[in-house]
Amino acid sequence: MVDQNSPVTEDELHVYVDGELPADRRQAVETWLANHPEDAARVAAWRAQTEAIRARYGAVANEPVPSRLNIVRITRSRRSWSAVAAAAVVVAFVAGGIAGWMARGASAAAPNPFELFAGEALAAHRLYIAEVRHPIEVTAAENHLVPWLSRRVGTTLRAPELPDFGLRLLGGRLLPGPNGPAALFMYEGPSGERFTLYASKLPTPQTAFRYSVTDRFAAAYWVESEIGYVLSGPPDRERIGKIAQAIYEQMEQRAPASGRTSVDQLMSRRGS
Amino acid sequence: MTFRHDIEAAIPALRRYARALTRDAETADDLVQDTLVRALRSEHLFHGGDVRSWLYTILTNLNRNRLRSLARRPTLTPIEDDDAPDAAGPEAGGRDIERALALLVDEQRAALLLVVLEGLTYREVAEVQGVPIGTVMSRLARARVQIKAYLDGGRPALRRIK
Repeated sequence: MVDQNSPVTEDELHVYVDGELPADRRQAVETWLANHPEDAARVAAWRAQTEAIRARYGAVANEPVPSRLNIVRITRSRRSWSAVAAAAVVVAFVAGGIAGWMARGASAAAPNPFELFAGEALAAHRLYIAEVRHPIEVTAAENHLVPWLSRRVGTTLRAPELPDFGLRLLGGRLLPGPNGPAALFMYEGPSGERFTLYASKLPTPQTAFRYSVTDRFAAAYWVESEIGYVLSGPPDRERIGKIAQAIYEQMEQRAPASGRTSVDQLMSRRGS
Repeated sequence: MTFRHDIEAAIPALRRYARALTRDAETADDLVQDTLVRALRSEHLFHGGDVRSWLYTILTNLNRNRLRSLARRPTLTPIEDDDAPDAAGPEAGGRDIERALALLVDEQRAALLLVVLEGLTYREVAEVQGVPIGTVMSRLARARVQIKAYLDGGRPALRRIK
């Protein structure tokens, strides 16, 4: 039996908060707390954390379970294993953005070049889409826009044509980037929504598409031939994915090939 | 078919845990789906015990693998709305706790959520995480210290070692 008068340890305070303390010790802890306001404050803070976590996530268990989690359906699916593989790919793909949140917890070290690059692109997007009169430096009507930006960035750029998405090229501007000059092309959609495509040298290996969305912006990222691209726009996962795919194909002058894992396919699979 | 019935009954709680663990609905359901597929495939490996704890174990491991594979890839700066600090209001509290959880090391976050959200005992969490109870308790303690520091306003000064 525990001595009623022994000092209360921090471990015991946790056990107490989590309701695992044996009844015969509970009274001792409560007496202790009455005489140790700092400990009482900590206990109160931990309880408040528990309440906040339950308030934030508790209701998820009451949501209707989506059909893809129906176990009869999962059992029947002969392609269960490939579905797992696909899910893993898609998780990696979509979680890229989310990984930022998590990875910051896991590695508070200096940001890698890709992070820096994406950060610059998003800062430019945020800054310039809000400009009413001067969102761009050189308009699309001026023929030297693309040659000029290409020369400064040091690669042959193309301003993608995106009428299929209702997007009109407004023009572009030159920006300082983490690895040298960066080009920013700006597009405007039918309801005034703006997209930017940021392109600059990024000497890292080619990457798959990555995707990130918040309540204000969505962005797709990729690296091809040591040029990094960041497409940013309104928070619409499907739309940004389709536009990114179209840009990728135009940049690479490729026709959409069947049998290749495209952003579209990844995204439509997610939705199923 | 009690095994399948038990699995099915655990799905809402698994979704809740996964949502808090990943803080993203799609990713969370991907994890749950992956967990269910594995559990159903591994029925023959299940030798009694608590199905729910076993499912938590699978999901926790899958999430750890996921984070590890993400860590090997370039990570992105999240597109944060950093224009305005959180305003007061009911939404702000939810976002604060969400951000505080995001800053925790994965093992600490999992331990805390299993205890406070899923109601597992320390012993059950120790089994899920495959560590001694003392380790669970220190994870819990560190998680709480960090969340408190974040919510008290010491936002940048996380990852401090006691």
